[in-house]
Amino acid sequence: MRTQPIDDAAASLRPETKAAVYEGSKIGHEKRTKILLGDYAIPDRLRSLAGEIKQHVVENLDTYLPALEARLAANGAQVHWAATADAACEAVHAILKARGAKRLVKAKTMVSEEIGLGDYLEKHGIEALETDLGEFIVQLDHDRPSHIIKPIIHKNRRQIAELFERCGLGPYDEDPGMITQRARQFMRHKYLEADAGLTGANFVVAESGRVVVVTNEGNARFCLAATRCHIVLVGIEKILPRDRDLALFLNLIARSGTAQQISVYNEFVSGPRAPGQPDGPDEMHVVFVDNGRTGVLASECRDILRCIRCGACLNVCPVYRQAGGHAYRSVYPGPVGAVLSPLLLGERFPELADLPKASSLCGACNEVCPVNIPIPDLLLRLRDRAHGEGVPSPGTPPMGAWALMATQPAAWKAALAGGHVLNHLPTRLIPVPALRAWEAKRELPPWRGGEFRKWLKLRRKGQGRGQIRPQ
Amino acid sequence: MKLSSGRTPVVGRRVQLMATCLCDAFHDDVAAATVEVLEHLGCEVLFPEGQTCCGQPAFNGGDWSASRRVVRHAVRTFAGEYPIVVPSGSCAAMLFHGAALEFEREPDLAEIESLGRRTWELGDFIVNGLGVTSWPGRFNSAVALHRSCHTRGTASSEAVARLLSSIAGVRLVEFGEAEQCCGFGGTFSVAFPHISAAMGDLKLDHVRAAKPDVLVSGDMSCLMHLSGLAAREGILVMTMHFAQVLRDALARRA
Repeated sequence: MRTQPIDDAAASLRPETKAAVYEGSKIGHEKRTKILLGDYAIPDRLRSLAGEIKQHVVENLDTYLPALEARLAANGAQVHWAATADAACEAVHAILKARGAKRLVKAKTMVSEEIGLGDYLEKHGIEALETDLGEFIVQLDHDRPSHIIKPIIHKNRRQIAELFERCGLGPYDEDPGMITQRARQFMRHKYLEADAGLTGANFVVAESGRVVVVTNEGNARFCLAATRCHIVLVGIEKILPRDRDLALFLNLIARSGTAQQISVYNEFVSGPRAPGQPDGPDEMHVVFVDNGRTGVLASECRDILRCIRCGACLNVCPVYRQAGGHAYRSVYPGPVGAVLSPLLLGERFPELADLPKASSLCGACNEVCPVNIPIPDLLLRLRDRAHGEGVPSPGTPPMGAWALMATQPAAWKAALAGGHVLNHLPTRLIPVPALRAWEAKRELPPWRGGEFRKWLKLRRKGQGRGQIRPQ
Repeated sequence: MKLSSGRTPVVGRRVQLMATCLCDAFHDDVAAATVEVLEHLGCEVLFPEGQTCCGQPAFNGGDWSASRRVVRHAVRTFAGEYPIVVPSGSCAAMLFHGAALEFEREPDLAEIESLGRRTWELGDFIVNGLGVTSWPGRFNSAVALHRSCHTRGTASSEAVARLLSSIAGVRLVEFGEAEQCCGFGGTFSVAFPHISAAMGDLKLDHVRAAKPDVLVSGDMSCLMHLSGLAAREGILVMTMHFAQVLRDALARRA
């Protein structure tokens, strides 16, 4: 029986990688639970409030976006709209070209991964240096991130020490402090030489035009401190209505993502340097990226646009822990990715239509989500969509015959009686692929079809007492 | 999964048993124990003979139109006003949550929701439907309670834990990563056999480390997967549905 691509990926994952992903995500989840339950009596109330605020934003993007554009313009920022990944890359390139910029320092942004900005700029002769330590290591190793907030969760320190040695950053040393120090030394002069800095935005506030970027390394601040041009690359859904909503969201993103009460560095950028201000970039550009999001908005899965990219659902997900992030073949892995990635593809949805299948529908993702996204429901909707579009699903038994029996009580009873053949035939002789797949890993209990119904009839006659069979 | 809206209050003691397809085919003793437990509580247990399945296999498998046919059959089979009691958190959640999702745009959504409002997982029914919070008799065992995933956000797991811990001789033992799924997941178990088995092995490791006499759950699907894995690996793990524990405790009343 054929299995699913993500199951195959999990089966062939190197034990070293699996251990790194498993431990990294498990620890992340445990710390999150501890800090939320330690600080709040009922953290679920925060999650549901945050979910309602973001759902409100998602359903009113058509009014929030123009209002935000006007606010940003009034603050002196230039606003760009990019419908596609290419358009977004071109917009960033055009900004850089107009300034003759050749060197860009980048803070971590998932949207830049999504649109392939790094490769695009490299092709156009622009050096775009990742300054988040994890992303820097990914870039150095020509690898891909495998987690939304811990891009190198799949690597261990020995692999990183070897990489640094190979790339001339210093002799082998696996001490995390030394690894960090070497990356810093490498980056310091890059910040000073850079012509522009690019960040993402965790939140953009509609009422104030405030762009909020959180990091734990301070690299976003460095990206802004020494450059004259700040480019913000942000998905159109990252809006919060009011500045005061930040109290809730900064609180939740830090606790859910990294189990901190607040992230170490929180940048609040309201615009370019104003006259009289001593420092800061002279130019500020905000590039709003659609790249499939309006399609998601039009779908029955628009709730996924609430996501604030904290990674909590990845950490708790038993499937992610077994398969790792690369198995999802897309920028967004784990439960959120299993919903978002196929949707962002638009008409190419079938290419990633297997992702929503990669879930036991256990619901742990919904339980930890800071914006209470009903991820299992969305996965189920996408399964129905994939089936409706005729996308083949390896390993999923066809349901037509089962539905026929389950709507015909006589046929159902006949099947209950006929199933006893299972107790007498070796599985290899039974032409039901799902049964073989079951038995590849597990014993099947003895078939007892119809026995309960017989027992109940006897009991009704006053004869059936006690256990049917001893345990 | 959560109950969508207010549940129909329980009036009287006449109930309809939905045995579940797994008990119909494999775990007859669990269905029988459910009958004995409900009758002990003074319930008159009706068993609609035409019952088959809750529709979940196709719902989870993505074939919602096939699933809706089966759910409609359940609506016809369990007509009337009596509560439907199910010895499975998963099948119950299918009827009060999943079915509502797949019938969102269907003309008969109201009937589906009415079925859902009458549907109770067994432990939830005993504790919150009937208001019974302690159980007589004796069951001398260290019990590890696996809280099945489809009871997340419902009152079921707490209800079952409350009933079990009220039984003389029962000692509930905690085990690691209890919030993690056992790896069954319906069609997931056969379409993702490696991940499913790896998840089950982790669960078994945690449970065995707590050294219980018996692993108890309110869902036979989880237990069938876990005991099937254990048997294949030559490990002895005793599993029981909590209805069987309640029934066996009754036999040892003082």
